[in-house]
Amino acid sequence: MKFRNIKRHLREGFKNVFRNGWMSVASIAAVTVTLILVGAFLALMLNLNQMAENIEEDVEISVHIDRTADDAQIKVLGKQIEQIDQVDTVVFSSKEDELKNLIKSMGEEGKSWELFEQDNPLSHAFIVRAKHPNETETVASKIETFDSVDEVIYGKDVVKRLFEFNKYARTIGVVLIIGLVFTAIFLISNTIKLTIMARSREIGIMKLVGAANGFIRWPFFIEGMLLGVFGSLLPIAVIIGGYYYIDTNLSHQITFSFVELLPFNPFAWQLSLLIISIGAFIGIWGSVMSVRKFLRV
Amino acid sequence: MILMKDIHKKYENGVTALQGVNVQIDQGEFVYIVGPSGAGKSTFVKLIYREEKATSGTIIINNTNLSELKEKDVPYLRRNVGVIFQDFKLLPKLTVYENVAYALEVIGEYPKVIRTKVMDVLELVGLKNKARFIPDELSGGEQQRVSIARAIVNQPKIVIADEPTGNLDPETSWGIMRTFEEINSRGTTIIMATHSQEIVNTIKKRVIAIEGGRIVRDQDRGEYGYEI
Repeated sequence: MKFRNIKRHLREGFKNVFRNGWMSVASIAAVTVTLILVGAFLALMLNLNQMAENIEEDVEISVHIDRTADDAQIKVLGKQIEQIDQVDTVVFSSKEDELKNLIKSMGEEGKSWELFEQDNPLSHAFIVRAKHPNETETVASKIETFDSVDEVIYGKDVVKRLFEFNKYARTIGVVLIIGLVFTAIFLISNTIKLTIMARSREIGIMKLVGAANGFIRWPFFIEGMLLGVFGSLLPIAVIIGGYYYIDTNLSHQITFSFVELLPFNPFAWQLSLLIISIGAFIGIWGSVMSVRKFLRV
Repeated sequence: MILMKDIHKKYENGVTALQGVNVQIDQGEFVYIVGPSGAGKSTFVKLIYREEKATSGTIIINNTNLSELKEKDVPYLRRNVGVIFQDFKLLPKLTVYENVAYALEVIGEYPKVIRTKVMDVLELVGLKNKARFIPDELSGGEQQRVSIARAIVNQPKIVIADEPTGNLDPETSWGIMRTFEEINSRGTTIIMATHSQEIVNTIKKRVIAIEGGRIVRDQDRGEYGYEI
């Protein structure tokens, strides 16, 4: 395509948005409403997903070492664990460290446990993390077969249920988002279709004057993209604003360790980019599909 | 040159519009197409710029055989055939200037050239001072002149006019006829379907009369030949 044609199509696309006045407003409004829904839902889902991942990352295996094992045997065990394929990190934690952690985790009540510092009933331990949280079970059962292992603890049932829950939650989330995006595409492309249907006569005239299909289609392509982009501006403002508010005012009131919002920067910008892309895509799709119908003159 | 050989046209609803039309129109001719309503005049001119396709027969326009013309090449045919429609067919949201410029934009003309040519042709049809108006703000005659300007702005070899004076007052009609004679004198073929006895009998040209889908008369410097 010639450069002066590109310029011409861009100019015409822009002008058409304004020439069509209220029809453009209707299309933009349809994009706005649906994208606010899609955007809010996306923000929610992506954060829930992140939280689920945080919980999964926290899963670790505590390998209690047989109290009769000597230093050499402990070293051998450490090496053996490290050599398991799925193992990411192995950290040695002496029984003194273990007691300190225990006391710390008990808070005020922990004070009474300080008595045990004289005669520590705990054993040394290795704290093991699997490369992938869902490999935890495999790793644990391998470690159980090694010598000098007293006990392997990793909250078997909790981990299992957690993974299952997350799996369902993600599937439902993805299905809902896809459903929502498709509804949006349907709604918006229908509105745009109406605005173009009103112009089917114009398209016919363009063809009779000798315009090739591409020449007619490009301004509509640009126009559709602009409608989508204009329509995504308000949703982006609403979502960035809302997210900023929640991030700065509400997030530190929630104290569970795993409830942590994705950081405003870059998440808000990524989400904006996603919304504007969805908007542009829907706009282009809606207008190009509708124009196609009227090009057969 | 326009050449039609044994053209038949039957519409999908069963109406037969043309049956066995043979005609040759040379470059630079001025031809009136006359005949009663529903005789096939409109179909005849629509075949030339391929708004309609012939059911059978051969049409050759400027060395192009229309029955072999691919769909994607139709726009190129239309750029060489300027059409003035009975209902004007102006783009309602574009200004007079933009409507005329459109015919040059589709052929990828340079913006500078477009500006000059459009202003020249608007001067020719007497609408230079209304370039920024949209069609709705113009009278019927003015809209017709915009339609004429658009049809001739890229100097096509053939100009087709379907009842160009049908909705106009006499004075405007004569003005439009002067414009046609002017562009015809520059070598453009003009084909004009009309019901105007006065025009045909005053400005004498070749007359082709169509009745019941057939050419019943074809004479140089002919008369209108129908009672009003």
